[in-house]
Amino acid sequence: MSAQALQPGAVVKQAVLLIASFLALVPTLYMVLTALKSDAGYAVDKLGFPRAPVIDNFRSVLVDSPFLHWMLNSAVLVAGSVILSTAISVLGAYAIATMAFRGRNTLLAVSTSLMAVPPVVMIVPLFVLYTRLGMVSTYTGAILIYAGLITPFSVYLLTTFFRTVPRELYEAAHIDGAGQFTILTKVVLPLSMPALVTLVVVNSLYVWNDLLIAIIFLQDDAKRTLMAGISVFSGRYNNQVPLTMAGMVIASAPMFILYVLFQKQFIRGLMSGAIK
Amino acid sequence: MTPSSRLTPYLYVLPLVALLGFVFGYPLLKIFEFSFKMVRGIDGPWIGFRNYQLILGQSLFWESVLHNLQLLLAIPVMVAISLIVSVLLAERVAGWKLYRIIVFVPFVLAIPIVAVVMKRMFQFSGPVNEMLRWMSLDFMALDWIGSSSVALWTVMILIIWRESALGIILFLARLLSLDESVTEAAKIDGAGWWRRLWHIIIPEMRGVIEFYVVVSVITMLAAVFSYIYIMGGGRGGPGTSTEVVELYIFNALIRSSLPGIAAAASVMLFLVTGILIFLLFNVRQRAEATQ
Repeated sequence: MSAQALQPGAVVKQAVLLIASFLALVPTLYMVLTALKSDAGYAVDKLGFPRAPVIDNFRSVLVDSPFLHWMLNSAVLVAGSVILSTAISVLGAYAIATMAFRGRNTLLAVSTSLMAVPPVVMIVPLFVLYTRLGMVSTYTGAILIYAGLITPFSVYLLTTFFRTVPRELYEAAHIDGAGQFTILTKVVLPLSMPALVTLVVVNSLYVWNDLLIAIIFLQDDAKRTLMAGISVFSGRYNNQVPLTMAGMVIASAPMFILYVLFQKQFIRGLMSGAIK
Repeated sequence: MTPSSRLTPYLYVLPLVALLGFVFGYPLLKIFEFSFKMVRGIDGPWIGFRNYQLILGQSLFWESVLHNLQLLLAIPVMVAISLIVSVLLAERVAGWKLYRIIVFVPFVLAIPIVAVVMKRMFQFSGPVNEMLRWMSLDFMALDWIGSSSVALWTVMILIIWRESALGIILFLARLLSLDESVTEAAKIDGAGWWRRLWHIIIPEMRGVIEFYVVVSVITMLAAVFSYIYIMGGGRGGPGTSTEVVELYIFNALIRSSLPGIAAAASVMLFLVTGILIFLLFNVRQRAEATQ
């Protein structure tokens, strides 16, 4: 190891990764450092560490803007759509993976190809329909759309996973007289925790980070999500950079903390989730 | 089999079919219908191809298309960055696990948040320009956000920054599943790093690279709304210099209340991505066949 570290090649490799890591972190560093500066301090020094760190920006953000309220709205949408989509996908993927029925392959093929359809294509008819039904700016309406958008990926991932569960397990449970639903909940699901964690991570990230659906289908101020709130907030305080950055620190904190706490699950989730 | 057990599979997939039918099936059929109608409110009379004629005759639409196409230039850069970083990580150089946590960060941060941050960093009097001036590179201190000839390139920097993280994730997943004996054997043969990369590693990764390229093309053409909406101040600005097809659809639907026009643009976008999705499936099947 130590001999290898002395080779010129190893130095270059470390340098490349260091630069890549620095670039990956620059916006985060800038955001955090700027949030701790006063307006005057930022005007004088835009790059360095804050000479006299202040926390006033965070206080004003939390007092003057409904960040916590927006976060709560986003959390409601994430919970609702991820739970709904997971339940529906578990049932569907279980049938596709273990039961024989007509249209099975077509269903899987269609569902899988829907993964790549960009959401923007679906919004026009849904918006017109929701306007007629009075479902614009309702949680139910938005949760349905989000649940639908994340379901093709869930079905694909779960079907792939369920197929790896050894057939003997199903057969043994069958002989014991267990019904399909019992086998699913008592035998298959407990084995599927890694796949379910992946799903929850990838799908939550999608719903939490989405802007397009949020600004179209949740126009009511009281229902605004965090991402939609950010776009309003950053427009309003355009010239107060440190204040804006304090808002961004608060907005990115939940996912950042989750990422640091659950790196393993996130990394595994992203890596297996990325292979769609 | 009893009749009830023959029904069981259909009961299991019923909610799935209903949900996909509602969120994908209904809209994908309805955009075609709407695109031939003058929709006011919730419905309207048939008007043939008038919506399409109107859109195709509008310079703003073509400008948007051109901007989406310009974004494709980001893809080769993304592939190169992703390849280099993922290959180095897969070699498990000292500290690779920490590097991996850090280079995934762009993909965990939400696009709107990063867009707000980058917009401030690239302001004319912002830290990026301050840095450039400090390095006596004044000629490079452009008006990154406010100049209509530069703004879209600035958005592209943000897109490259974030979408490369997806490439690294994808490529690394593939690399870690590779059989190490192949690269080890090449090492013993005395093949240098670049030769190993070019002749052994890249051929093994062909499938995943093709997959990433196709996914990225779909992203550039039809999934950059969050970047544009924030960086362009909600309007694709300055002027129309960062307007893209998604924003065109959004404006037609929400700001001008012309669902028919929005639907016709959606149909065109859907057909283009449909072809790409077909391609994607071929690429994937080939990738799976070679694995």
